[in-house]
Amino acid sequence: MRKVDVSSVLGSNSESANDLESCIDVSNLNLYYSKDKQALIDINLTIPKKRVTAFIGPSGCGKSSLLRCLNRMNDLVDDCVIEGRIALDDEDIYAKQVDVADLRRRVGMVFQKPNPFPKSIYENVAYGLRIQGINSKRVLDEVVEKSLRAAALWDEVKDRLDDSALGMSGGQQQRLVIARTIAVEPEVLLLDEPASALDPISTLKIEELINELKRDYTIVIVTHNMQQAARVSDFTAFMYMGNMVEFDATDNIFTNPAKKQTEDYITGRYG
Amino acid sequence: MNSNIESHSHHISKQFNVELEDVKNQLLEMGGVIERQIADAMQSLLDGDSGLAAQVLSVEDRIDAMEISIDEECSLILARRHPAASDLRLVLGVIKAVRDLERMGDESAKVARMAIKLSEEGEFSQGHVEFRHLADSVTKMVSAALDAFARYDAEAALEVVRADVAVDMIYGSVMRSLITYMMEDPRSITRVLNMLWALRALERIGDHAKNIAEHVIYLVKGMDVRHEKLEVVEDQLEELLGD
Repeated sequence: MRKVDVSSVLGSNSESANDLESCIDVSNLNLYYSKDKQALIDINLTIPKKRVTAFIGPSGCGKSSLLRCLNRMNDLVDDCVIEGRIALDDEDIYAKQVDVADLRRRVGMVFQKPNPFPKSIYENVAYGLRIQGINSKRVLDEVVEKSLRAAALWDEVKDRLDDSALGMSGGQQQRLVIARTIAVEPEVLLLDEPASALDPISTLKIEELINELKRDYTIVIVTHNMQQAARVSDFTAFMYMGNMVEFDATDNIFTNPAKKQTEDYITGRYG
Repeated sequence: MNSNIESHSHHISKQFNVELEDVKNQLLEMGGVIERQIADAMQSLLDGDSGLAAQVLSVEDRIDAMEISIDEECSLILARRHPAASDLRLVLGVIKAVRDLERMGDESAKVARMAIKLSEEGEFSQGHVEFRHLADSVTKMVSAALDAFARYDAEAALEVVRADVAVDMIYGSVMRSLITYMMEDPRSITRVLNMLWALRALERIGDHAKNIAEHVIYLVKGMDVRHEKLEVVEDQLEELLGD
């Protein structure tokens, strides 16, 4: 088991990241969108297993870029150059032999805007299994129910599984997308502003869900809502202009951050 | 000194600056009233001035109202602004310090009530020297604690924590000398006991000043030093100040 290395001193009440098993290791990561546009500068970070890690920072700080590196979504961007190493369970995810489709199954992603497929609720959740060639009704029924239950959606939709997913509310759609993501049993969930398009009640449901899901999954969330980061995450990374300024237990970041830049950002001061 | 907390300006929301500044000013204003109360209560006891003591008692309502107003302001800031980091620690520090100030007011009122009792019992000077001695030390602690709060000065706050150890020692030795008065002349027991209550109140005021100093260390350094041994606090703080 590899230990997570967090150099900052952790408060006595906070969980020590040093005692946690690591899930994703990012070392010396640099990302360029073009020759003179570097979006990530020498990022080093260890994301602990079965915990929620939040990336916060102002727009353009690189937090979404970093998130997208974790399941190679940046491969789709032209001229994007990535240097350094990202390891999932000690395996380099940028190694040649890695099957990107399989990586994205292991590292699922949920976006800001819910993106259900124009299919039934049932078929949305079953989709990932069907493309893996699994068509047994018994297996699909089981996975669909389990995933919808895990996404706290089962009771709301169990009587209308054949209805179109597009008729659901935004909050339900987002939970459906989460159910679709966890149906293929990933190890990591990447959430890019998963609640920013939702009303406060739906937002709280998503937050509650994140809290439930961290028992089984490693979760990385990008959010602009700092109170949300404070509520749902165990660890928080503050990023600014492509740099990782501070990474520490969330309790420390929000009560007594070590860096002035972090303090200025979370207290709403001029940088 | 922690540069983040030197001033509560520079928020993108100017109104937030104003609110934090305002709540802090209200606290310091209440501190000023309490300092006056303590001084008047002490003077009324030493001079046997029941008029001054009555005046101390009459100010209590005003202090209670200040406590409520500051608490309310802090609740609103918490609800509206969701303060974090040094802002959060400031609001928490104010909420806690207000409580200690209000208690100091209560203790001053106790001294004033003892002053009235003692003046009714006629000329009496036993314990005055000791009372004055303790009163001087406690007064200094209170004003130093409030200064440390005003200037966000953790080192000055640590001095107050140190001073409390000295005050506790003075209190112990004063107790012993008052006990000898009672043993020498049992007729003085009632009066000496009243004096003891007043001394006890002074000692408690010192404890509250120490609490405020501890809140200052927390709000400046993010370090909770309550219930720690002085040496431990000194070591930890030295480490932080060295940063």
